[in-house]
Amino acid sequence: MSSRLSAITLNTFREAVRDRVLYNLILFVLLLVASAPLFGQISIGLERLILVNVGLSSISLFGVIIAILVGIGLVSKEIEKKTLYTILSRPVRRWEFIAGKYFGLLMTLVVNAAFMTIGFYLALLINQHGLHRGDADLLVAIYFIVLQFMMMVALTLLFSSFSTPIFSAIFAFALFVIGTFGEDLKNFAAMSQGAVKWLATGIAWIVPNFASLNVITQTAHGQPVSGSLILFNTLYAVFYSAAVTAGAVLVFERRNLK
Amino acid sequence: MQAIEIKELSKTYPVGFWKKQAFPALRSLNLTVDVGETFGFLGPNGAGKTTTLKLLMGIIFPTSGSAAILGKHFLDPEIRKKIGFLPEQPYFYDYLSAPELLDYYATLSGVAPGERARRIGPVLERVGLGDVGKKQLRKFSKGMLQRVGIAQAIIHDPEIVFLDEPMSGLDPLGRHEVRELIQTLKDEGKTIFFSTHILSDAEALCDRVAVIHKGELRGVGVVNDLRSNVAGKSEVIWEGADALPAVRDLVMESHVTGDSVRGTVQQADLDRVLEKLRQRGSRLISVTPLHGTLEDYFLARTAEKEPVQP
Repeated sequence: MSSRLSAITLNTFREAVRDRVLYNLILFVLLLVASAPLFGQISIGLERLILVNVGLSSISLFGVIIAILVGIGLVSKEIEKKTLYTILSRPVRRWEFIAGKYFGLLMTLVVNAAFMTIGFYLALLINQHGLHRGDADLLVAIYFIVLQFMMMVALTLLFSSFSTPIFSAIFAFALFVIGTFGEDLKNFAAMSQGAVKWLATGIAWIVPNFASLNVITQTAHGQPVSGSLILFNTLYAVFYSAAVTAGAVLVFERRNLK
Repeated sequence: MQAIEIKELSKTYPVGFWKKQAFPALRSLNLTVDVGETFGFLGPNGAGKTTTLKLLMGIIFPTSGSAAILGKHFLDPEIRKKIGFLPEQPYFYDYLSAPELLDYYATLSGVAPGERARRIGPVLERVGLGDVGKKQLRKFSKGMLQRVGIAQAIIHDPEIVFLDEPMSGLDPLGRHEVRELIQTLKDEGKTIFFSTHILSDAEALCDRVAVIHKGELRGVGVVNDLRSNVAGKSEVIWEGADALPAVRDLVMESHVTGDSVRGTVQQADLDRVLEKLRQRGSRLISVTPLHGTLEDYFLARTAEKEPVQP
């Protein structure tokens, strides 16, 4: 990684930290740890299942919200405040700026997820009075959540490279919701006929398939995730993120920054 | 080799609801700036000064034309190691301290880590911010931010410094300080290209100026020549009011106090006036060439012909 790219990455991360984006962690950990003993009282026999579902869904949701809220301003805020002027007047390539922003926000989300994971396992420890071997499988679900973050950051960055923060947020959130039902969209395409089939298939391929990255319920029930799915999802997330980020670079390379 | 060479640089923005109309923000600009020169880019608000600087900095792209900086294409990333830029009314990452900001910008400009650590302190001292410590920029005043802006523009020791309205929004003390800073850069032999609509600043600092108005270059020249060209007049003071009728046709305006007369004379008529005064036996007190101000030149250039509409 070039020094320019790593400098932009670290600065983006530093901005998130100093703007107290990660403060949500404290709230999350406190709530989860404090409520862990309650799960046993409200759901006899199902406490682990509920705790895992609530914990992992929260890690995912908090991350996606941060990805959207921070991501939509990554480029537009720099243009609006003219901080970009003093960057582009240096030997910084525009793609380096976009890539630096991407990695900076991703780093923020990974650190966020890492601390939330610690809080989650702490709650699990309190709830179960110890950790079991099956609990390690939950890390696969968390890994998939990080893959989801990779794609969300790329999408918000793409929108931020040409649109206003409000529209970027709307687009990104809409894609997140559609992507959550990605499997349903594929099933619909499979059942359709003619032009609708082509259209539905096309959309199913373009929108992010977050459904395939959601194995929370599966792991909560103690069902293992296959190695082939881990490999497929990893490749899918990497290529999808790279393609969308490349799109953001293409837009940004040609943009007049008024 | 010239520091800056601009050739037929134009920028047109599409305007209107359907973006079908074209608004020419800059029309075929041709300009050269020599190495070591302090060059003032003058014009009223909306004249095209910032557009020109944004084009040269690669923030926007030209509709046509090109430019070279130190002999290389202006969009060549390598040439950007040798230039510093202060935008108009700059805003910086307010969650950073001044040393952190300078370290960030020095890194982006390719300054090695050890060198960065050595430079930050002296540069902050130089702009009068040696005592700010780790205070975040969000707690800085406007004048302090402007000084941080100049610091980030020179942290990598550039050969050319571009300043967009560097005195804009500053109080008289702040303006004086910034002017002093520019003067020291000039003394070091840096090439300075700065845009301003404050003519006294340009007059005090610049070797040459260009006047731009409505996106069109209206004139370029050496500051002293421009002042002389505008004036071309002298003030003549003599004793002997009775000689006034003999030279009245040649004197543009005159004021009589007792027996002494103070008159303004065109340069071309000066010899004849002096000859007639000598013939009348008047005692010459003084002859002082009157220099026009840059403002006279500026007003003359911005008032003349309207540009041709496309």
